[in-house]
Amino acid sequence: MTLSKIWVYAQADEGKVSTLTLELLTKARDLADTVEAVYAGTDADAVAAQLGEHGATTVHTTGDLGGALEGVPVASAIAAAVEAGNGPDAVLLGTSYDGRDVAGRLSVKLDVPVITNVVDLELDGDRLVGTEPIFGGTTNVKTKSTQDGVQIFLVRPKSFAAEPNGGGAATVAELSVPDTGATGAARVTNRYVEEASGPKLDEAAIVVAGGRGLGESEKYEMIEALAKLVKAAPGASRAIVDAGWVPYSYQIGQTGKVVKPTVYIAAGISGATQHMVGMKGSKNIIAINKDPEAPIFGIADLGIVGDVHKVLPKLIEALESR
Amino acid sequence: MNVVVCVKQIPDPADPGSLDPSTKTLKRDGKLILDESDSYGVEMALQLVTNAGGGEVTLVSMAPNSETSGLRTALAMGAASATLVSDPALQGTDALGTAKVLAAVIKDANPDLVLAATESSDGYTGTVPEQLAELLGRPSVTFAKTIEIDGETVKVQRQTDGGYDDVECPLPAVVSVTAGVVEPRYPSFKGIMAAKSKPVEEKTVADLGLDASAIGWDGARQDIVDIAAAPEREAGEIIEDDGEGHAKIVEYLDSLKVL
Ligand SMILES: Cc1cc2nc3c(=O)[nH]c(=O)nc-3n(C[C@H](O)[C@H](O)[C@H](O)COP(=O)(O)OP(=O)(O)OC[C@H]3O[C@@H](n4cnc5c(N)ncnc54)[C@H](O)[C@@H]3O)c2cc1C
Ligand SMILES: Cc1cc2nc3c(=O)[nH]c(=O)nc-3n(C[C@H](O)[C@H](O)[C@H](O)COP(=O)(O)OP(=O)(O)OC[C@H]3O[C@@H](n4cnc5c(N)ncnc54)[C@H](O)[C@@H]3O)c2cc1C
Repeated sequence: MTLSKIWVYAQADEGKVSTLTLELLTKARDLADTVEAVYAGTDADAVAAQLGEHGATTVHTTGDLGGALEGVPVASAIAAAVEAGNGPDAVLLGTSYDGRDVAGRLSVKLDVPVITNVVDLELDGDRLVGTEPIFGGTTNVKTKSTQDGVQIFLVRPKSFAAEPNGGGAATVAELSVPDTGATGAARVTNRYVEEASGPKLDEAAIVVAGGRGLGESEKYEMIEALAKLVKAAPGASRAIVDAGWVPYSYQIGQTGKVVKPTVYIAAGISGATQHMVGMKGSKNIIAINKDPEAPIFGIADLGIVGDVHKVLPKLIEALESR
Repeated sequence: MNVVVCVKQIPDPADPGSLDPSTKTLKRDGKLILDESDSYGVEMALQLVTNAGGGEVTLVSMAPNSETSGLRTALAMGAASATLVSDPALQGTDALGTAKVLAAVIKDANPDLVLAATESSDGYTGTVPEQLAELLGRPSVTFAKTIEIDGETVKVQRQTDGGYDDVECPLPAVVSVTAGVVEPRYPSFKGIMAAKSKPVEEKTVADLGLDASAIGWDGARQDIVDIAAAPEREAGEIIEDDGEGHAKIVEYLDSLKVL
């Protein structure tokens, strides 16, 4: 048995639908007869093809929100559709800044629970069961909502592979936003995008991450140099983000980014559970650590017990000379 | 300027947690501490009230067994008083139920600003602040990196994937803060002594006039259908660096054809 209709909260940046959205659409195709998207950008026509190609038959768009944060208006619009009897059986949202806002607001409006941090979804009759990893990913808990009505899931990035199914462009339909009163009053007045070169951390085929074992802030340059040589994205443990060596956007783990590259190189990182939950889905893991007992070696395909200050410079030199 | 800070008291994250097999909830038998994530909200609130030249920082927490250790830490930092909701009926409460409890306390206080962390360290659903805002009928800004009060408006730098957005929101509002928004102060000896006599009012679910069906296991309306160890990843080849460790890495990368 499958559900009859799932709505996926869609997000895009400059006309490019987020990978997380496409992952959710792909999975939703296995779970429901009809998959539709809810989108709050002003360019629904531009993203309709990408959404359709991944299985959405319709994109319900709120149109221009006039700079409002998406949480309140999108949740209000979905709730209104549900009350009018046009809503879905389940709403899937990615664990993103706005995704969490929409899920929180919607759960109160509909008075239903949200199942969070989901990394897998399966069907159980007319219920969806979400898998949540806990204790740093050492234990998996499967949870379903027992409340009749809409089921809401917040899904972690990279839980599913995004695969097109060759669908035509989604039909664009208007989703009206009720008056949100005082609650919808927060407005974005300016956006700042930090310049970044090289591949994005959560999309790179190779990630080179550094931790406290580098010893001091300046030594992070070794990570950057190595990353540049192998066209990787540089990343970090929380220890060195908290220490101010690198910005938060570099952080990998439970409270940072989830990465699943072909190769993950961890240098001077111990392998705390909260770090591993963000990288242990990597296809191949290489670890360099001077402590043979470091937990990271427990999941490494190739482990070098050694000093990063010796191994990394030689590695950089060897790659430079190729 | 009155600010209420939501503070969660949690088991020490240094101790790996475990689930009680009979109740399927986190074991919370040891002493609880102030969630480090909430120390940022407490510090931010103290600074905002100081800058405003008047007002109070008060705390609200929901925790089992009349636990106050974490609250005392936040009081020692400088908060004026606290409300603790503790009731055996709250066991099994989900994020929405937690928000309902916090909202019931905060409604009466009616502060200018409510602060919470973007996510707790132990449950990390990250949905409570937004649920709370909706229950209070207030606007909200999540993921604040900085907060500034300008008259009746709160101005926030809100974290985004590629940087941040400037967001403006009228008060009264709910704002959730990220770690690192400010450097939390260490409680001074004087602060710790003073905290011992600061008022902590304890309330039960009945005191808040909440419907028992909104909280606890019944309110959560979620079934845990399975708990299992996650499949483990096998360790591969671990070698001692003899000066040629780097060559092993190059060889391995070559074998994967990623160079
Ligand atoms: C709620 C919560 C959420 C968290 N979220 C995250 C998260 O998202 N991401 C994250 O990374 N962490 C997170 N943490 C923190 C996590 O628990 C660890 O503290 C952190 O990952 C440690 O970083 P590290 O491995 O760099 O440092 P350490 O644990 O200090 O490890 C340093 C390692 O370097 C090795 N070393 C030292 N010198 C050398 C040398 N010369 N050569 C080679 N090796 C050397 C040491 O043997 C050691 O293994 C979280 C913690 C909590 C409580
Ligand atoms: C393994 C596990 C999985 C869970 N999964 C889910 C789930 O999928 N859905 C669900 O609804 N619940 C779930 N829960 C229950 C949920 O964690 C609790 O209901 C918890 O009380 C509130 O959620 P949080 O800590 O995740 O809040 P978050 O939203 O992560 O907390 C954000 C902030 O809200 C404030 N806050 C949160 N709780 C309190 C409190 N008790 N007192 C004062 N301030 C507070 C703090 O400022 C906190 O930093 C889960 C619990 C566990 C142990």
